[in-house]
Amino acid sequence: MVDVAIVDYGMGNLRSVHQAVRKVAPDATVCVTDDAKIIADAKRVVFPGQGAMRDCMREMDARGLRQAVIDAAHNKPFLGICIGLQMLFEHSSEGDIPGLGVLPGGVVRFASGLTDEQGGKLKVPHMGWNRVHHAQHVLWNGIEQDARFYFVHSYYVQPSDVALVQATSDYPKPFVCAVAKDNLFAVQFHPEKSAAAGLQLLRNFVNWNPV
Amino acid sequence: MLAKRIIPCLDVTAGRVVKGVSFVELRDAGDPVEIAKRYDDQGADELTFLDITASSDDRGIIFRIIEQVAEQVFIPLTVGGGVREVQDVRNLLNAGADKVSINTSAVVNPQLVADAASRYGSQCIVVAIDAKQTAPGKWEVFTHGGRKATGLDVIEWAKKMQTLGAGEILLTSMDQDGQKRGFDLALTRSVTDALEIPVIASGGVGNLQHLADGVKQGGADAVLAASIFHFGEYTVQQAKQHMAAQGIEVRL
Repeated sequence: MVDVAIVDYGMGNLRSVHQAVRKVAPDATVCVTDDAKIIADAKRVVFPGQGAMRDCMREMDARGLRQAVIDAAHNKPFLGICIGLQMLFEHSSEGDIPGLGVLPGGVVRFASGLTDEQGGKLKVPHMGWNRVHHAQHVLWNGIEQDARFYFVHSYYVQPSDVALVQATSDYPKPFVCAVAKDNLFAVQFHPEKSAAAGLQLLRNFVNWNPV
Repeated sequence: MLAKRIIPCLDVTAGRVVKGVSFVELRDAGDPVEIAKRYDDQGADELTFLDITASSDDRGIIFRIIEQVAEQVFIPLTVGGGVREVQDVRNLLNAGADKVSINTSAVVNPQLVADAASRYGSQCIVVAIDAKQTAPGKWEVFTHGGRKATGLDVIEWAKKMQTLGAGEILLTSMDQDGQKRGFDLALTRSVTDALEIPVIASGGVGNLQHLADGVKQGGADAVLAASIFHFGEYTVQQAKQHMAAQGIEVRL
């Protein structure tokens, strides 16, 4: 049984996530896997995602991982990252497709033509380091309020239950960038690429024992 | 709000970071892994590695460098140089790159950008454009390290790359590169105003005010520089403080 299984469904690069988890949990067994059995047996699961959500859903299903991911999201410490956050919701306007439906709500695109307070153009994708305004949760332990994390995305989640929201960021209006429910935590930014703050969040995750 | 990014650029050949003017008189700046760690410690927002290795025998070296950096540095890493096919993109991502920069091959085969973006996502595809001014307000795309004219208009080309799936444009002024007189601000402004995707300004930084100008006047989303950091003139932290003092949002 592995300590941390990182779900690999062939979309994008998981080496960064793997390296970062190993960095914060040097004694843990960490594996990148597309094996539903290993995911089912793992103590913790990290669910990353890059690229288009439609492709992510298709590739996950092609590997027969849907049920293993849904089960893990309900019964063990589970961390969704980027598209891995978005896939947990019911629906995405990116390609007008259903998600896994683990969490209530949808995924929408940033509007075009956004500007900042000085009238500067805000680009999409939202790419770079933005401030994260976080709530109280053990996964934020040791992370300053308004710490910056690295984002790269064009879509963001809109949970229909505000109680799920664990953090927001501003572009230029507030958008949800972290959610939690019981044993599940999921973030829009990339903790594996967010220097010290990101490593701290991953450290908190590998030490997390939700009741 | 989102911070403007400062990206140190490491030109790598034969396992060393070098810097010269137009690829002549290359000056050794040190070991790439050590330099990458130093910039990370100084608060660099990302790192860009350009493999300028001439010999195909040495092409494996960049993979080992990226693997070592990715084990120790947890910020985004972009790698460019010699990317010709989707398999090259895959190999660099597997080595630990987060983004891959495509330059000459995007001109030779624009479909490469579309294929790579659809396979790995736009977020990891940077199209690098080397631009030379041909008339006031007009710039032409050059390839092969700035040696070969393409006849392509920079702004039209950048828009086409955005349409094909580029996630970001790395825009280098060949006129300014290595001159230490600052970015081509008119070029930067023209391209960033024409695009929805982020633009990284490159080429010509000689002091910290040039970085601030690239953001405030050029409208760049990120600024890239090499020699001002390599030879100890300035740290990344000093650059950020200089920009912050002028009201530019940075990650301090």
